[in-house]
Amino acid sequence: MDLLAYALAALSVGNLALALIGVIAGTVIGAMPGLTATMAVAVLVPFTFTMEPAPALILLGAIYTGAIYGGAYSAVLLNTPGTPSAIATTFDGYPMAKRGDGDLAITLACLASVFGGLVGAICLLLLAPPLAEVALAFGPVEYFWLAILGLTLVAALSEGDAWKGIVGACVGLLLSMIGSAIVGGDIRYTLDTQFLLGGIGVVPALIGLFCIPVLIDLVTSREEHLQIEGKVAGFRLGEAMRIALRNKVNLVRSSGIGTLIGMLPGAGGSIAALVAYSEARRSAKDPDSFGKGNPAGVIASESSNNATVGGGFIPTLVLGIPGTPADAVVLGALLVQGIKIGPALFTEQSSIAYTFIIGLIVATVLMLPVGLVLGRYAYGSIIAVPKALLVPAIAFLTIIGSYAIQNNVDDVIVMFGIGVIGWVLNCYGFSPAPIVLGLILGPLAEQGFVQAWMIGSATDNLLGMYFGRPISLAIIAVATLTLLYPTLSRRYQERKARRAAARTH
Amino acid sequence: MITDRCTQIRRIAAGLGLAAGMAFASSALAQPLTYVIAFPAGGESDVTARIQEPALKAASGKDVVVQYKAGAGGATAWASLNKMPADGSTVMGTNLPHIFLQPMEKDVGYKTDDLVNVYIFQLTPDAIVVPADSPYKSLQDLIDAAKKAPGTITLAGSGTNSGPHLSAVTFNKLAGVKTTYIPFSGTATSVAAMLGKQVNGAMTFTTAAIQQGDKVRMLAVALDKRLDSHPNVPTFKELGIDMTSGVFRGVAVPKGTPDAERKKLSDLFGKVNQDPAFRKKMTEAGFVIVDVPYDKMAPFLAAKSKEYEAAAREVGMIK
Repeated sequence: MDLLAYALAALSVGNLALALIGVIAGTVIGAMPGLTATMAVAVLVPFTFTMEPAPALILLGAIYTGAIYGGAYSAVLLNTPGTPSAIATTFDGYPMAKRGDGDLAITLACLASVFGGLVGAICLLLLAPPLAEVALAFGPVEYFWLAILGLTLVAALSEGDAWKGIVGACVGLLLSMIGSAIVGGDIRYTLDTQFLLGGIGVVPALIGLFCIPVLIDLVTSREEHLQIEGKVAGFRLGEAMRIALRNKVNLVRSSGIGTLIGMLPGAGGSIAALVAYSEARRSAKDPDSFGKGNPAGVIASESSNNATVGGGFIPTLVLGIPGTPADAVVLGALLVQGIKIGPALFTEQSSIAYTFIIGLIVATVLMLPVGLVLGRYAYGSIIAVPKALLVPAIAFLTIIGSYAIQNNVDDVIVMFGIGVIGWVLNCYGFSPAPIVLGLILGPLAEQGFVQAWMIGSATDNLLGMYFGRPISLAIIAVATLTLLYPTLSRRYQERKARRAAARTH
Repeated sequence: MITDRCTQIRRIAAGLGLAAGMAFASSALAQPLTYVIAFPAGGESDVTARIQEPALKAASGKDVVVQYKAGAGGATAWASLNKMPADGSTVMGTNLPHIFLQPMEKDVGYKTDDLVNVYIFQLTPDAIVVPADSPYKSLQDLIDAAKKAPGTITLAGSGTNSGPHLSAVTFNKLAGVKTTYIPFSGTATSVAAMLGKQVNGAMTFTTAAIQQGDKVRMLAVALDKRLDSHPNVPTFKELGIDMTSGVFRGVAVPKGTPDAERKKLSDLFGKVNQDPAFRKKMTEAGFVIVDVPYDKMAPFLAAKSKEYEAAAREVGMIK
């Protein structure tokens, strides 16, 4: 079998070393609050221009997958997602760290990431061409409904404070409209400044909304950041394994969701993790424990976001259409190498494609030891570092991180401004996640809706466009279920309780 | 403990100072050529710059530093060009029609005339592309279908009031048909919509079409003569539609750059355009190499300006 030859090529000492270096570098960059996976890839792309295609790809893939995992560190230990796809990891990861289970959460995140990464990469290896066809079946209207599904998650995620969640999402949606519209070219809410013409970037807003409130809270409270008394950080690998085994359905489902959503160009990892998280919560026996440090939440988020790596490479390699922002950077690197990405890659240059995919699998496996060791170190040092050093270090990173996205000071100002607004809103009980979600989903929903409207009007089939396509109908059904499930399940419980009460009388 | 921390901080500070000093010293020794890209890493402008890089290095004997300053579709970088060092050490990539259309549409912080273009080196031609199994085998098929049911044929393209948008409207006018242009967030997403048959075709670039290999069919390219790599794809001109369009890429310098330096840079990019390795990589990817040096820039831009203004009026961008 050819695959064996490719595997041998991927397993050369040089490639293994690159995969290891890539995973370590990626994890470290991803772990820094403010430095995202896309940035990790973009920073290292120029170094690959002088390399051979296959090792260059392996290095980039390893950095990417490492950075997506590294995002979990700051999500768990600081409550600031290191990358947008780690937003859902903060929900249960940080509460776990607060009660002293940070080491366990990090180890779990590592196991889940490796599992999810492997599922995504194996789908890429075995099913890439047919799955790419599935991605193409998603048209504007499907993206619109997918964005609506994402918005219904807000209501479900912020249960108890559903209204505040919805208000937050609306703030995010409004922010997403600032600037000149992609579809239609209208200029909105720019206050006649050039500063706002480009709109509010998701990443600076994310950094601001999550990091600034954490920074202010760290400064204003007297207590140390995480209080762990006389406990040395350990791997707690056995315990984590047992929890992961108990969550095997959750792992498989979340990885599947991650692969599927990752391969949709324009959707990306952050949505995948949120969908996986809310599905995990919905199907759990104890949904109320989510958000309070339930390990299943960390597992869902982390396995799905690493599955988006392999998933995102499916349209990138098969169609030449990037699945995630980081894939777009990788795609450019390949064009410079003179590799014909797209349908020809799997036929004419299949050795490069398969060497890369196997390299990605190897890098994902390497993430297990690397992640465990780095995680332990990160946990130990975050606890040991005094607040007087931690705060300026994070502040520094948030500024560097938002500047480095486009080498633009405007983004730093946006980050800071939105961060302060976020802190004020936080004081009134509005959490940052729905705002970011609105900001991410706004353009997706708007573009999808308007494009579908234009195509529907052109073909004189407006109703059929929105409600006559099978994938759309399936997404609408899931969205309706997500929206009504909490109410329905409560009613069902009440009726059951009433019946039980009636029987005892 | 406290003194410990102080010494540590002092040590770090000393290290940083040393590093800064070294960076300063090395930059004073050999002034590299800074090549600013107005788009994110990995885009077509970046790809071109990266392919130019080795030839630039060889021809100038200087290091080339590619930097990115993305935002607002390139406007962020172009608005800042004239604040950069004007000593011939800095060039910035520019795109046509972007630098004409953006200031036409709204105040983006620069005027077209603020940018001193010194060389235009490539053209990415427009092409109408359909999926390989589309019922439209030729451009005439598409035109016939559009004539039979005006407005029902949909063409995807990247952006509103953008190059592809203007080209789609120009095509409608010249062919005497009505197709519906559907704007997408980028070339990749518009091509995906075409491949997935969400739309009938795409007004996109030859580079994007070539990438898709035999999955797509190019119906016509907006060039004066056929692409060397695709001799059986006709031009619009041959089919009686007088349309040549696409994205031109070149470099501009800050306004204060002395004339001698402008000439020198123009010659440098002209030399790079003759580099066989550069030519091979570019044409394989579907780019067309053009040569508009500094002394021929003004008439070229004047002609283009007229063309874009007419198209912009057609779209309704300007009244």
